[in-house]
Amino acid sequence: MSRGRLAIALIGLVLLVGGLAWGTAGSYGFGHYHALYGRIVARDSVPDRSATNAVSVTTFDYRGFDTLGEEFILFVSVAGVIVLLRRMRGESGRDESLLAEEDRRASESSRWLGLALVGPLLVLTVYIVAHGQLTPGGGFQGGVILMSAVAFVAVGGESVVLLRLRRASSGVELAESAGAAGFAMIGFGGLVATGTFFENFIAKGTSGLLTGGFIPLANIAVGLEVAGGLLVVISELFDQRFTRERS
Amino acid sequence: MNVLLALLLTLVGAAGTITVTIREPVRQTIAAGILSLLLALLFFALQAPDVALSEIVVGSIAIPLMLLLAIAKVRDQQTAVEGEAEDVGRGDER
Amino acid sequence: MSVYPYLVAAWLLGVGLYGVMSSRNYIHLIICLTVVQASTYVLLLSVGYVSHGKAPIFADIPTSSVTVDPVVQALTLTDVVVEATVVALLLALVVQANKRFKTVDPNAMTRMRD
Repeated sequence: MSRGRLAIALIGLVLLVGGLAWGTAGSYGFGHYHALYGRIVARDSVPDRSATNAVSVTTFDYRGFDTLGEEFILFVSVAGVIVLLRRMRGESGRDESLLAEEDRRASESSRWLGLALVGPLLVLTVYIVAHGQLTPGGGFQGGVILMSAVAFVAVGGESVVLLRLRRASSGVELAESAGAAGFAMIGFGGLVATGTFFENFIAKGTSGLLTGGFIPLANIAVGLEVAGGLLVVISELFDQRFTRERS
Repeated sequence: MNVLLALLLTLVGAAGTITVTIREPVRQTIAAGILSLLLALLFFALQAPDVALSEIVVGSIAIPLMLLLAIAKVRDQQTAVEGEAEDVGRGDER
Repeated sequence: MSVYPYLVAAWLLGVGLYGVMSSRNYIHLIICLTVVQASTYVLLLSVGYVSHGKAPIFADIPTSSVTVDPVVQALTLTDVVVEATVVALLLALVVQANKRFKTVDPNAMTRMRD
């Protein structure tokens, strides 16, 4: 941007930031929260759904329709990445044998550390996704941790893993689609069972792990989709390295 | 509004300003990671553990990984322009 | 002092937008967008904060205790993960543009060529 345009844009920016600061300063002060909807949700989440994490109950049960929209934003973004980075005619991807030769130069200790971390990270993922309705956690966090388990292996020294993820047999794209479709099917299940879309139709327990109706199922679907989507994105970006263009 | 919240808010504002003023992409990725760590601490102080957990995993693993892969790809594409007349068999352009 | 979080959120928005406007590298622009996202998270969570409120997880506190608002936390939670994927889409756009134009300078891509 040229100097003149930048100066004019700065005037607009100062007006925007000043207006925002003045507007929010005129509202309730920090800490004096007055609205009722949050209080009703916090009061009702334990007796109504038997789930102690009010944030998860809000995300997946009371405002499940908004989370469905966010799921589809995620799905469309990943589809956009796949379309943008598709291999054009005349390009070749990374050669697996050259990549394996590069991997052999990585240090043994980092490779072993990456492989050793996979087990604890998988256990952590299952724990966080399964206890999503009881303690802080849920599908979104668990899905990203699952992606990081694969990323640690690849960064440590086995980067051929990222190339093999691109094959259809690795199940990554299947997991992502299953997660997105599963979440929508849960909404349809509510429609079929009680006539209201996203109504919580499964019996809520009293305490322990199997509480909250369909919230554990929704957590699993979201975890699958987030993990699958981020893995697809990373393997697409990695596969693009050293793409040789032939005219 | 106690001292901890005021201190964390000031640190987040400073980290955001520093992240914008760094121009080189790789160093800016590290600064963005530090910004997300300070944001996670702020979210903990604002009594939001779910959001803090999300911010930690996304801001320190997912976003820097994608940024570094894209930066490496952009650099390889730009050096491949100069070396296009070289031999086509090698997969490495260093 | 009770408006300080809102001032910090407005400052982060301004600084991030200034970085976007004056950027000479698309990767730098995308990271400035994450600073703008951070300002929205700070604003949302500051709106829902209750003085001396506890976290809205009732696993070990009585159900009738005063907690902060869980609805804004639900909004911010999904927002954090989804915007990471949107950053991925923007990075894919930058990589493709670099392949076509051999540069990541916004000022150099001013005209559509054939």
